[in-house]
Amino acid sequence: MKFFSEIKENIAISYQAINSNKLRSLLATLGIVIGITAVTLMQTAIEGINLAFEKSIAAVGADVLYVQKFEWFGTEDWSFYKNRKELTMEQYDFLNKNSQTSTVMAPSTGVTRTVKFKDLSLQNVFVLGTTFEYQEVSGFNMIEGRYFTQRESDGGYPVCVIGTDISDAFFENTDPIGKTIKVGNYNFRIIGVIEKQGSLLGLFSLDNRIIIPLERFFNVFGDKRGLTFNIKAADINNVDETKEEVRWIMRKARKVPYGSADDFGLNAQEAFKSTYESLTGLIKVIGTMITGLSLIVGSIGIANIMFVSVKERTKEVGIRKALGARRSTILSQFLIESSMICLMGGFIGLLIAFPISLIIDAFVLPTAMPLWIVVLALFISLMFGLLAGFFPAYTAAKMDPVDSLRYE
Amino acid sequence: MEPLIEIKDVKKLYVMGLEELYALKGVSLDINNNEYVAIMGPSGSGKSTLMNIIGCLDTPSSGEYKLNGKNVNEMEDDELAEIRNKEIGFVFQTFNLLPRINALSNVELPLIYSGKKKDERIELAESALINVGLEDRMNHKPNELSGGQRQRVAIARALVNNPSLILADEPTGNLDTKTGEEIMILFEDLWSKGNTIIIVTHEEEIAQNAHRIIKIRDGLIADDYLSEKGKLIAEKTKQQTISV
Repeated sequence: MKFFSEIKENIAISYQAINSNKLRSLLATLGIVIGITAVTLMQTAIEGINLAFEKSIAAVGADVLYVQKFEWFGTEDWSFYKNRKELTMEQYDFLNKNSQTSTVMAPSTGVTRTVKFKDLSLQNVFVLGTTFEYQEVSGFNMIEGRYFTQRESDGGYPVCVIGTDISDAFFENTDPIGKTIKVGNYNFRIIGVIEKQGSLLGLFSLDNRIIIPLERFFNVFGDKRGLTFNIKAADINNVDETKEEVRWIMRKARKVPYGSADDFGLNAQEAFKSTYESLTGLIKVIGTMITGLSLIVGSIGIANIMFVSVKERTKEVGIRKALGARRSTILSQFLIESSMICLMGGFIGLLIAFPISLIIDAFVLPTAMPLWIVVLALFISLMFGLLAGFFPAYTAAKMDPVDSLRYE
Repeated sequence: MEPLIEIKDVKKLYVMGLEELYALKGVSLDINNNEYVAIMGPSGSGKSTLMNIIGCLDTPSSGEYKLNGKNVNEMEDDELAEIRNKEIGFVFQTFNLLPRINALSNVELPLIYSGKKKDERIELAESALINVGLEDRMNHKPNELSGGQRQRVAIARALVNNPSLILADEPTGNLDTKTGEEIMILFEDLWSKGNTIIIVTHEEEIAQNAHRIIKIRDGLIADDYLSEKGKLIAEKTKQQTISV
């Protein structure tokens, strides 16, 4: 009880001290202001980039596994993967039959071709051949028409669904459904348009795609191309279990000898994340350290001004001690003063950082300032305040009352 | 009755480099409740050291000091702070008010350190200021007050926690004669209300206001006698005792 009332009194005393030295306190805290502004902006930028990244890989699907010949972000030479055997439909059927921990899966393959409608044409369109299960694995919605059925899929019907880029390019003012387009040299009837999906990492547009039944793909583009098995895990919180199961089934299907390494890639969204994190992790750490450095410089400024303040108020310390202030009371008085100066700096820093982050968000890159950054920034300023104030406050606390009363 | 202050063979040693200096060479002294004592001595006599020890601002190198039955000579810093807060009211030559806060807040300070609640503090501080005749100066800051008024604030501050002892160090040293006299009248008044007062001074005239005079020279008590006033009071008490 006494402890809290003492803190309350010391807050009042510190407020008075800061208030009667406004300019000095403000100048002292400038370093903290700059530090907190820098740290907060750094963190909001990191947070914003993270969010943007998460958004850009959302299409990959957090609960989808991709069995492929290649590994995403593999560390071996390209030739190492190149020499692996392709994945086959027999292996897919074996996997599909034996997997217990997946809800649905679909094989797929692809080529790039030029696509034409009347006299319009689009180059480098990705043509994906897959089955009727693919929509469920991938989880996209149709904005117009429908996806192809099992009958169309198994029968290899010449139908296709298209991405919004293609729809926009060919059918700006008309209805695409029922129209026939030429993919390479083959005709396909449009039965649906996929909703806009954006791009993967801002590089690979998912809307510049045409999806056709796999059987048809084999017929017109050949069946020698390697396959990808797209697998949706049964439990999004247990993707690893599915991953292990798929690994063992695939090893069996491909007759990988016991003890030797997988001869296929087992890819998931997580690979993007870990690569992203290993790429940006160091930048984040260095960025935080550099901006953190400004906080340290700022707190040295606070420590300095607190030493001056303590020295100046030696007599005050003596008087307070003569009237019964304990060491801990004096210690907390000065600690609270330096913390309040730093908190003030942190607060001003946030006030400056917030509009700047909005400006950056509007013109440069997406930023986000969640509450935890605000709380953290204030907490950090408080910590630096305590840190900076400790030695000056300790000096004051252990002053001899006789000497300090005599001090002029 | 046990004396308020019991000092037995107190010595204070200062070591300055290789030189050892005894500021007090063995002082023994008893002061009772409701005494009014002046401690006199030239500068360097050790009177300030004695005052600091009595005021619990400093501890003796050897010897024993009991204040109100409590052994002070072996206390730690924080215990001393508590004794200063509860048992002693200081009045200084230079007033030693905090310049940034008003009279009322200055008087409140000892109450803050004894953990009293805000309402109670204000009530006590106000009545202490009224007691010294400053009811209309409560919200003035020290630099808006005259020297005499400042010293009254300091006296109110010394009184506010109802201490066993008021310890005044040259309380009139920074005041003109007339104001000084007024302050001495205030002390006399406090004494008559039952307070114990020790005044440290080098002025004979001021010392004569007290009832007992202790003279310090070279770290020892050179003299300890009743002043003219003290003799009169002693006489009166004697007559009263006889007539009873």
